[in-house]
Amino acid sequence: MKRLIACAAALAMLAAPGAWAQNFDDPEEFAKQREQLAMTPMGPEGMPWEQYLEDTMADTAQHAKEGPYTVCFSNAGVNNPWRVVGWNNMQAEVELHPEIAELVHVDAEGSDDKQIADISDLLAGGNCDILIVSPNTTAALTPAVERACEQLPVIVFDRGVNTDCPVTFIHPVGGYGFGIQGAEFVAENVEAGANVLMLRILPGVDVLETRYSAGRRIFEEAGINIAGAEFTDGDNAKTKSIVEDYIARGQIDAVWMDAGATAVAAIEAFEDSGLEVPVFVGEDQQDFLQKWQELGLTAIAPTYPTYQWRTPIIAAVRILEGEEVPGPEWVLPQPAITADNLDQYINEGMPPLHYAMCGCEEMPGYPERWGGR
Amino acid sequence: MSDAMLATRRSRIRFETIAPAVILLGAVAIYIGVVIASGQARYLSLENLVGVFNRSIALAITAIGQTFVILVASIDLSVAALISASAVLASVVMGGEPAMIVPAIAAVLVLGAIVGLANGLVVTKLEVNPLIATLGMALIIQGCLSAFVSNFAGSVPKDFQFFAYGIAFGLPVSLIFIGLLALLSWFVLRFTRFGANIYSVGGNREAARFAGIKTARVVIAAHVISSLCAATAGLYLASRLGSGAPWIGRDGMYDLESIAVVVIGGTVLAGGRGGIWGTIAGVLIFALIDSLFNIVGVDAFAKQVLRGVIIIAAVGFYAVRSQRMAA
Amino acid sequence: MSSETQDLNAVRARRRLPRINPIWFVLAALIVAIIVYNPNFVQPVGYMNFLKRAAPLAILAAGQIYVIVSGGFDLSVGSTITLTVIGSSMLLNNNPDATWWVILLMYAMGLAIGLTNGLVVSILKVPSLIATLGMMITLSGLALMWSGGAPRGYLPESFRYFGRANITDLPLINILPISLIVLAVVVCLLWWLMHRTNYGRLVHAVGDNPRAAVLAGVPLMRVRVSAFVISSLTAVTAGILLGGFAGVSTDVGRGFELQAITAAVLGGAQLLGGRGSVSATIAGALTLTAIFTLLNFVGLPQPVREVVQGLILISAVAYAMYRRRHAVH
Repeated sequence: MKRLIACAAALAMLAAPGAWAQNFDDPEEFAKQREQLAMTPMGPEGMPWEQYLEDTMADTAQHAKEGPYTVCFSNAGVNNPWRVVGWNNMQAEVELHPEIAELVHVDAEGSDDKQIADISDLLAGGNCDILIVSPNTTAALTPAVERACEQLPVIVFDRGVNTDCPVTFIHPVGGYGFGIQGAEFVAENVEAGANVLMLRILPGVDVLETRYSAGRRIFEEAGINIAGAEFTDGDNAKTKSIVEDYIARGQIDAVWMDAGATAVAAIEAFEDSGLEVPVFVGEDQQDFLQKWQELGLTAIAPTYPTYQWRTPIIAAVRILEGEEVPGPEWVLPQPAITADNLDQYINEGMPPLHYAMCGCEEMPGYPERWGGR
Repeated sequence: MSDAMLATRRSRIRFETIAPAVILLGAVAIYIGVVIASGQARYLSLENLVGVFNRSIALAITAIGQTFVILVASIDLSVAALISASAVLASVVMGGEPAMIVPAIAAVLVLGAIVGLANGLVVTKLEVNPLIATLGMALIIQGCLSAFVSNFAGSVPKDFQFFAYGIAFGLPVSLIFIGLLALLSWFVLRFTRFGANIYSVGGNREAARFAGIKTARVVIAAHVISSLCAATAGLYLASRLGSGAPWIGRDGMYDLESIAVVVIGGTVLAGGRGGIWGTIAGVLIFALIDSLFNIVGVDAFAKQVLRGVIIIAAVGFYAVRSQRMAA
Repeated sequence: MSSETQDLNAVRARRRLPRINPIWFVLAALIVAIIVYNPNFVQPVGYMNFLKRAAPLAILAAGQIYVIVSGGFDLSVGSTITLTVIGSSMLLNNNPDATWWVILLMYAMGLAIGLTNGLVVSILKVPSLIATLGMMITLSGLALMWSGGAPRGYLPESFRYFGRANITDLPLINILPISLIVLAVVVCLLWWLMHRTNYGRLVHAVGDNPRAAVLAGVPLMRVRVSAFVISSLTAVTAGILLGGFAGVSTDVGRGFELQAITAAVLGGAQLLGGRGSVSATIAGALTLTAIFTLLNFVGLPQPVREVVQGLILISAVAYAMYRRRHAVH
């Protein structure tokens, strides 16, 4: 009883103010990203990690400095395969730049509190010429990044911060774009009124919430019936179980996922039930791409490219040399893998959760550094 | 009989103050050695050492509370969830308004007291194993919290960030707060009747009951203290992060880490032996290790392995030593 | 019939009635509820899928109960599952010929983990909660170090057979998942060991009163260590089934340690030792899986599931304690 009262009291207090929820369904941002997907990128052909979609430049003359440079990097963590691939990209990119003497790397292991401490340690150490931050969360890291900006040039990538003090914020088109690419493909390949199952990892993660809201918006516009939206925790066994349950209850014409790490488990649920695999939205993980080719699926793989981990190093060197870089936002192109270019991304020597859109094939140490053969 | 008990009690107390100190000294020695060997002597400045401890404020607050529960032979796994809930509650109630700071703090402390009371009652009156009771409580709190918030919610006013970032008398406010909290806890445990009761209840609950101590009240009070500390840690994190999110307690692993720190500090899981200074030493050991890993650049996965081994080794060292002393 | 025998019969009946562990009634009620929500559940595919999903947890819980009855906890099983899946995929890397020796190697690894846990607890006298917590952190770190943070390598079908394949076209039940056969074999073995051998009595004795057990000549250390070994070996088995069911990922085992303990508690096991039964623990594992399945069908969001799980956990233990108190008096 006490527990109930405690619970109720806490909830009552929480529910009172009510207006704090972040907006993950912003029609303006949706429209902007939809536009960006269609743009032709500027910059060198075939090197998307150096390309950019918005044509504003940040002046960096004030940061020009003699080399060699010490680049410091505060990483939110390498707690998922996407970040592992990205971190390998970044280390390989550093090897391409002799003007970088050292990359000082601190890993916050997914904790905001620790990342704030890490950044202040890096600043106190006083060795850094430039600071790269991949924030664990946007809101919590903003003050720490602001303090860092007062001392040295800062580059932020992947998730953003609520301040424009960094020299540039590097990111691909974004979550809405990811959601749009997958959902539009589904809408083109099924009839109106078809049943789509939406599989999500976790609630509350900004980059994932926007993917979902964009997907949902497009399905609703196209008159596609959302049979269900379920959280899988990124867990293979749970994903397979959920899909099996949906199969048992009725027809599924398409599966949309906000991230593809468990895509193969979802496909296997159809295989093991002896059913045809429906229209499928995955991501650029090797295991999904190989399964797609093997079964000849009608599928698409939107990407949140890991090559964006190369760009901060490129930007760091340019900034310290006083060259201009795209800023205050460096928007990278965000291509999707389709049936037309599937072949060029498949490499059976790479591990199952290697992200094919890594832009790393020509880099030092490929493929061993990424766990391949 | 009572003389003999007193004697063993005294020798145990001495050993308990020594063992964590020995481990701490070892950690400090390794730290200094590594820092000098890697030619990064600048990490030895006082400022940096303050910074090292400053990493672990939330853990320290939580662990001080956890010490009380473990001393009465209970345990509190609900602290991580409560930290998240408190941080969110604080930042939502404040909503950026300086005027709401006091009501928010009050609300958080009330929440802490209620949770602690519930934990204590379930453990004592329903006789549920404390591990299960507080684990269940953790699930309930986390569930209630996640049902309403899924991201950072609300914000704390600039004034409130003084708790985490302010400087007074040349020291971080948070550090002074920890010092005072530790002193207060030490005083309570060492010099008050309540403190003595905690040791008696933890040492032998039946004997304490026969001696006329209301054991249930002592256990409930320990749980309330633990929850109040966790709620305070939530306030600290809200102040530090500028807002609260439903995952900050869980991601910080404050439940398991606070237990590990208390045990490394020489407080015995079976209750009745240990104290606050051991816990503070335990927190310092963790903070030093953390900082050392950063300096040397150990990768995140190796860090985890080392942490696991260190927990076992430290507790093993302590347990084996104390066995020999007792024998 | 005389009134005396009537009384005796009544006493007997009263005594016999509570002997059926109430968890079976709970399980039955939950299954009825599932059938109401999803009539397909009575089809072989429905309940076989359910049992297939429950198999890893049931096996794991049946191992955990040995440690619990002997007076400890084993928190390292989740990480052992992860290490098994990651290790197998790294060593196999789609090479079916290596399946058997990799499985053997994984059991050897499980043996080593269990021995280490047991020896740390019984020689270093580290409380099992801390010892296995340290082991949990160490093992998941090792799994990440070994794989570099993301799965490497694929599991061939020969390995996945145990967790994924079904025997089809059977009369009556239509399909029979291989994992269910594994479950049956493991459970029978563990049930027999716990309830029909001298060893099982020793495990109970050690957990009930270690001092008395030592005085009675029970080899305390050997019994404790072997309980941890059994738990680790079941974790390897659960890992093989889970890897087979759903493939490789770096967090397959996450949360399984608490689920296994919950299952044991639901089955009426007494924490800190002395009491527990393998069959009731299996019922506990099935109940837990049934609860999750039901909440899924009802369509409750994840947070509500957590609250429900928390309430069930506390009430199960509170109820058991209540029964125990009233049984004594």
